[in-house]
Amino acid sequence: MPKTDGARPVAGHGGPSLLEQPASSGSPVRGPIPVEAVRRDFPILATMVRGRPLVYLDNAATSQKPQAVIDAISRFYATGNANIHRGVYALSEQATVAYDQARARVARFLGAPSPEEIVFTRGTTESINLVAQSWGRSTLRSGDEILVTAMEHHSNLIPWQLLAEQTGAVLRAAPITQQGELDLQAWHRLLSDRTRLVAVTHVSNALGTLNPVRELAEAAHARGATVLVDGAQSAPHLPVDVAALGCDFFACSGHKLYGPTGVGVLYGRAELLQRMPPWQGGGGMIASVTLEHSTWADPPARFEAGTPPIAQAIGLAAALDYVDGIGLEAIGAWEDALLRRAVDLVGAIPGVRLVGTAPRRAAVLSFLVEGIHPHDVGAVLDDEGIAVRAGHHCAQPVMRHFGIPATLRASFACYNTMEEVEALARGLERVREVFA
Amino acid sequence: MASLNELYQNVILEHNRSPRNYRGMADANREAQGHNPLCGDQVTVRLRVEDGRIQDAAFQGSGCAISRASASLMTAAIKGRTPEEAAALFQQFHHLVTGHPEAADPETLGKLVVFSGVSSYPIRVKCASLPWHAMKAALDSPDH
Repeated sequence: MPKTDGARPVAGHGGPSLLEQPASSGSPVRGPIPVEAVRRDFPILATMVRGRPLVYLDNAATSQKPQAVIDAISRFYATGNANIHRGVYALSEQATVAYDQARARVARFLGAPSPEEIVFTRGTTESINLVAQSWGRSTLRSGDEILVTAMEHHSNLIPWQLLAEQTGAVLRAAPITQQGELDLQAWHRLLSDRTRLVAVTHVSNALGTLNPVRELAEAAHARGATVLVDGAQSAPHLPVDVAALGCDFFACSGHKLYGPTGVGVLYGRAELLQRMPPWQGGGGMIASVTLEHSTWADPPARFEAGTPPIAQAIGLAAALDYVDGIGLEAIGAWEDALLRRAVDLVGAIPGVRLVGTAPRRAAVLSFLVEGIHPHDVGAVLDDEGIAVRAGHHCAQPVMRHFGIPATLRASFACYNTMEEVEALARGLERVREVFA
Repeated sequence: MASLNELYQNVILEHNRSPRNYRGMADANREAQGHNPLCGDQVTVRLRVEDGRIQDAAFQGSGCAISRASASLMTAAIKGRTPEEAAALFQQFHHLVTGHPEAADPETLGKLVVFSGVSSYPIRVKCASLPWHAMKAALDSPDH
């Protein structure tokens, strides 16, 4: 199995335990991660909430930041802050170098052949909108088809709805099964010679389902379609190699990857970026400007109008150093162990229904407590210092599929512990007492 | 900061378990729906307004304990009142849950004071006020 699909089966509710180690890859699989030491790297984890230690299980929304990231940002503002490009003074040159190094760091992290294929954005949402408005508007014609899935986050759905309205393209969505897996047969049936774009999430934010994006990309390319992978929920949990995945675009966010908010990444294949028009105009993205007309800078600068998130990009590079220091495969294996424990403990509580039981999923436990609204469950857990998310997780079509308005979602990161999973289960027992 | 027990007071838990006036109303002449897209809560409030008073009030829908109990206690509280009195009661209730208890009169609010804990949980203010907004919209809706 390709390492980029992060093959880590997880036992469904009541099912057998099926954890498999990923196949060998470029970076060696290390031993179990030193979670107590890791926790000390994250100052916020010492916080008390309502008199109890914070149990932070909302990592799919945003992860916490290690001291190394906080320091990198703080150091930049304390000693290195200047705007980049065209500064003729030392500080600006240093800032420019640091920003370019951050781009190269991201390229290395994602397996992108060249840093020129990495565009810094505000986040995954902006990365996807960039592709829709630049590549999409200049490429799609009336009657062309865009194929998404029914498990997309709104950010990998609405940009395509807007694009379809603008171009007359047709948006199609492949259904998901009752387990929360992509219905592969239906997806293959919907893929046709009219399909110009396949947009798919690598890992579902609402269910944790891991999609076989490599297989999808191959099939899509055989039909001549371009492939965009939403990697917001995969990049923090499994090694990503965009070249091995075979996608044309890959989008992810810094803040879910232990980095700061306000910075995200779009990887785009060089030939595609080269042909794409700008989507925002401003400073930094031009070659030459007259009052009547301008010519565009080469990618990636062409897509970075205005002052970019310089400190955030530098902070993201520090986050990637941190993540690679532990090793993504080790992180993924630990999160799998946490997830399996959570499936066992939470799934065994009477009245709990797990939502999304795909055999292969990453770091997300979505569930309901029978007869108790997710908001009420979340409020009781909050009283125990446990932070989970209650809601539709910006995936309303997923909720509609399961016929529910909302779920509770516990999502894991490298610093979570088995004790925290146990605290979650105990908290749910208290929920049942309060609402008995 | 209010504790969980202040948010989920026993009266609220009891009304959540056994909501009053949770039913349809064949002879309703006013109706409106409330929807909170953030959490998917929805409530339909039906009223029968005759001779200048709310003769009957009922609700149906799905929501969290706070919104369900709020709908239950609201329907009980507004029965027999004039539309103006019900609107004034909503105003009082709003003061209570948005953290302006000094502007709220406990005598007028009666049982509704059990929602005082909501003001410490800003995200739940919408849950508590959803049925009231629907009730207000129903009063403003055309007679049918």
